[in-house]
Amino acid sequence: MSDTILTLTGVQADIAQYHILQGVDLAVPRGAVTMLLGRNGVGKTTTLRTIMGHLVARQGVIGFDGMDITARATSARARLGIGYVPENMGIFSDLTVEENMVLAAVSGRLLAERRDRIFAAFPPLRTFWTSDAGTLSGGQKQMLSIARAMAEDRKLYLIDEPTKGLAPAIISTMVAALRELKDGGASILLVEQNFAVARALGDHAAVMDDGRIVWSGEMSELADDAGLQERLMGLSMEGK
Amino acid sequence: MSDAPDHRPTMAAVSFGARLDWAAPWLMVPALILLGFFAIGSMSSWLTLTVSALAMGMMIFVMASGLTLVFGLMDVINFGHGAFVSVGAFVGVSTVLALGHWAGAPSLVLNLLAVGLGVLAAMLVTGVLGWIFERVIIRPVYGAHLKQILITMGGLIVVEQVIVMIWGPDEIFFARPETLKGAITFAGAALEKYRLLAVAVGLAVFVAMRLVLRRTRIGLIVRAGVENGEMVEALGYRLGMVFVGVFIAGSALAGLGGVMWGFYQEVITAGMGEDMMVLVFIVVIIGGLGSVEGAFIGALMVGLMQNYIAFLEPKAALISNIALMTAILMWRPQGMMPVVKAK
Ligand SMILES: Nc1ncnc2c1ncn2[C@@H]1O[C@H](COP(=O)(O)OP(=O)(O)OP(=O)(O)O)[C@@H](O)[C@H]1O
Ligand SMILES: [Mg+2]
Repeated sequence: MSDTILTLTGVQADIAQYHILQGVDLAVPRGAVTMLLGRNGVGKTTTLRTIMGHLVARQGVIGFDGMDITARATSARARLGIGYVPENMGIFSDLTVEENMVLAAVSGRLLAERRDRIFAAFPPLRTFWTSDAGTLSGGQKQMLSIARAMAEDRKLYLIDEPTKGLAPAIISTMVAALRELKDGGASILLVEQNFAVARALGDHAAVMDDGRIVWSGEMSELADDAGLQERLMGLSMEGK
Repeated sequence: MSDAPDHRPTMAAVSFGARLDWAAPWLMVPALILLGFFAIGSMSSWLTLTVSALAMGMMIFVMASGLTLVFGLMDVINFGHGAFVSVGAFVGVSTVLALGHWAGAPSLVLNLLAVGLGVLAAMLVTGVLGWIFERVIIRPVYGAHLKQILITMGGLIVVEQVIVMIWGPDEIFFARPETLKGAITFAGAALEKYRLLAVAVGLAVFVAMRLVLRRTRIGLIVRAGVENGEMVEALGYRLGMVFVGVFIAGSALAGLGGVMWGFYQEVITAGMGEDMMVLVFIVVIIGGLGSVEGAFIGALMVGLMQNYIAFLEPKAALISNIALMTAILMWRPQGMMPVVKAK
């Protein structure tokens, strides 16, 4: 078994007539958290969507767990063991929280033990278990979206901005849940704008600009080098 | 957005009207029936008209239910849906006529057996036809509305011509099976037996669909897919397969609706499905695209409007349903029970 769970090699993808991903090279190590960072609009979400198969890679190869999945259908990729938390959360608002979770357990039942673990991480989901998911607050929806990815063990989690628009109290709930996932040995590719969260969770980091990966290395290296951050992302930890 | 995840909001501050909001569409049907009562004035006429209206509404619902899901799930506009209504009627009626000794016997069991076999044959044929239709006509034009409209209309014409080839160009008149003829008298009103049967069948179809949509995994997938198909696939479900299944089921239901409508009118023509489609589309639109409940309520309202107005003001009957659609769309532009679309 290779120690890389996901590799993108020269991946290009278009949205309508726009050339968005311009040759993404990325390796996501097994059993660690890899941060995908970069300014707004550089193609992070598009990269995740292309990995998931929502967008077709026009060029390049996507390898997952030793297989070439470039031409696979989205559902097949999911069944190979990729859990996806999209940027817009993808909640089924007409279904109850429970029904959202039941659907997420693709291979069968949502185990009680698993459900209790999710309740422990995200208590509001227990409170609103039988409510329509559409009535949840933004933060609760985000919890549900992550909980859905955790409904079964996945080989890889793709998580797009789990702290977007959340109050600090809920951000720490998210971080704790993701850390627990990480401590359980999960492989995670995490897009995050909140640098404090990135630093707290990330083992590795890849920085995108203009549809390409422009830097990759250890998260600690990036976190300790304000000049590098400034150059790559136009931000620095100073004052954060 | 709330920062207090454990806090459960109470309803205390919500006004009575707002609390009724979700139920408002459901109240429209009894409200219309009540309105009809006061407008018509005569108890017996009102009862007869109401049963006839509900029967008509149920049949339109059976025809519309598949169409609304097909639209909701894959954003496919199928103008050819009426073809399944016509084919269902011809296959179903032919089967029953072929079983003439059963249909003609004064035995309820034999009559229902004949009709049941006719329905089975109709649904089987329209189901298979739906499967072919999806494969050959719909699949190449996913995502292209104009092409969908044109090619499904083309498909409709082809199917109608095939009916003419097989059964001939003339309308076919026939009588209902023996025990389904006539009426029972209730509170001074004559209620046609067949209409009562149609109401029961329509209600059964609605309840069954609701159970499937709410209580089974496939139903959950369909409801989730109507809202966000991409996410359903990202969870590992093959939405394309689910869609084909829904298309086949919807076609078979249209076939059932065709048989029911055929026996209601006691005449069938190749163009009967096409004729029904105006009402079916009105129902799908006022119900809210993708909503089975909405289509159900919409169909009953259309049936009630059509029958009451035809009685009260025959000249206005033609425009009554367009007026109904306009009024409802002014109230709720997305239809009565719009399905949230995440895109
Ligand atoms: N539907 C679309 N049509 C045209 N351009 C699009 C569309 N969706 C995204 N883009 C463009 O693709 C580029 C990459 O978008 P993407 O969402 O991947 O960025 P991102 O890195 O996730 O940004 P953010 O940090 O703001 O979420 C952006 O420049 C965006 O404008
Ligand atoms: Mg993004």
